[in-house]
Amino acid sequence: MKILVPVKRAIDYNVKVRVKSDQSGVDLANTKMAINPFCEIAVEEAVRLKEQGVATEIVAVSIGDKACQEQIRTALALGADRGLHIETEQSLESLQVAKLLQKVVEAEQPQLVILGKQSIDSDNNQTGQMLAALCGLPQGTFASKVEINGDKVNVTREVDGGLQTVALALPAVVTTDLRLNEPRYASLPNIMKAKRKPLDVKAAADFGVELTSKVKLLKVEAPAQRQGGVKVADVAELVAKLKNEAKVI
Amino acid sequence: MAILVYVEHDNAHLKAENLKLVDAATKMGSELHLLVAGYQCQDVAQQAATLAGVSKVLVADDAAYQHQLAENIGELVTELGRDYSHILAAATTTGKNFMPRVAALLDVAQISDIINVESADTFVRPIYAGNAIATVQSEDAIKVITVRTSAFDAVEQSGSAALEAISLNKANNLSAFVGAELTKSERPELTAARVVISGGRGMQNGDNFKLLEGIADKLGAAIGASRAAVDAGFVPNDMQVGQTGKIVAPELYIAVGISGAIQHLAGMKDSKVIVAINKDEEAPIFQIADYGLVGDLFQILPELEASL
Repeated sequence: MKILVPVKRAIDYNVKVRVKSDQSGVDLANTKMAINPFCEIAVEEAVRLKEQGVATEIVAVSIGDKACQEQIRTALALGADRGLHIETEQSLESLQVAKLLQKVVEAEQPQLVILGKQSIDSDNNQTGQMLAALCGLPQGTFASKVEINGDKVNVTREVDGGLQTVALALPAVVTTDLRLNEPRYASLPNIMKAKRKPLDVKAAADFGVELTSKVKLLKVEAPAQRQGGVKVADVAELVAKLKNEAKVI
Repeated sequence: MAILVYVEHDNAHLKAENLKLVDAATKMGSELHLLVAGYQCQDVAQQAATLAGVSKVLVADDAAYQHQLAENIGELVTELGRDYSHILAAATTTGKNFMPRVAALLDVAQISDIINVESADTFVRPIYAGNAIATVQSEDAIKVITVRTSAFDAVEQSGSAALEAISLNKANNLSAFVGAELTKSERPELTAARVVISGGRGMQNGDNFKLLEGIADKLGAAIGASRAAVDAGFVPNDMQVGQTGKIVAPELYIAVGISGAIQHLAGMKDSKVIVAINKDEEAPIFQIADYGLVGDLFQILPELEASL
């Protein structure tokens, strides 16, 4: 079975975010970028399915400017077989990304598409679900367990009340949650090998998809800072403050 | 045009989130219709009809909707939603699951997790785990929106809207419900509780979470956990408070043995009063806590329980 894994280049999760003083966005100049953590989990899951003999080929795709080829190489170093870069300088919204990925799904005909549930920059949590809807496919979002079972995949999902398991007819779309797996580190030999794996480049403009969103970003601000309060000496003082000062108990 | 609001429920009870969801909807327009989709969910529909400001409750009662699977609920809401200016759902795992399908099928953007309504087309939402706040304006004909309910106030349950049965069966063979392991608890739900007490890695193991239970019982609190405690296997994932877990904003949040990673703060920093109990006086949680108590939680917790 072929697995398609879309990956996103995003700010490294350890970097402290700074909002630009002109409120136009977040300052990403000279910032460390990385593969979005949830996308990394998606790559790892695909690689494990290949190691189990379930998957035969893993295609990693990323959409963005030339720099996102770094993240495709990361996916190749982790075990993906080939890469596809859909190049655009434009910053895209989830719906536009999903429409481009729909074209990739039509061309590649994967049995499974595994994506991160959200990216840690825009925090939208939309692309996988939108892609599934556009392709008319079922979805297993926020997955903590993925089991291929003949022509179906059973996905255990992290939901608000606990866990839910659904059976999806293949082909299907899965989005990853944190506890699906712990991604491996790419070994140096595999990083070297990844440089020789095939990586196709296509222009986003050639896909016949409208790339402009109807949602405009008006401004980006830093959140209101919460002021720290006081240290109390002991439990008695804490309880007294909560009763008499904060009046919450 | 009217606003369609998707009601969150378990076929028997109306979840508390809906009261806040309706508050967000009233800030976008005046005519509100609710959709209760489920199976044998008439009680929910009756409860939903009492929400203030609602003029009509659509009830799609069909076995196909029992587990609110994204594939058929997505189709249902898409078909009903075409005649509305806004479609809203809570940013719960249910809303997050099916709403992007609705947006894609309607060929419009989705605006996720809004925390404020500036006007009928302009909304405020956190990005970068709440480290930046974006204001966005939508020119789409239908605005598909998920709402972070903790940022809104509950409406009164003083209304009496009319019920209207919808017979649209969107059953399909794409997906099927297999099973669920839901945490059973007598305590309030995390996202609806007035008081939340959470434990972190400092709790050392799952058994020690019992130390929180006595306090939770006395305060009527829900019990949460940091991602570190969940990843370490102390407690199940549905207790996680944080960027990728539940976002809470109770009147009182007590963080015990939690250092205060950005990831966790993103899930609780809008709480009205924050108490931090930690043995490390340099822990970042103290920078945002209203009341900090430095010390050994294994001594402090029994003492706190006894003094409540």
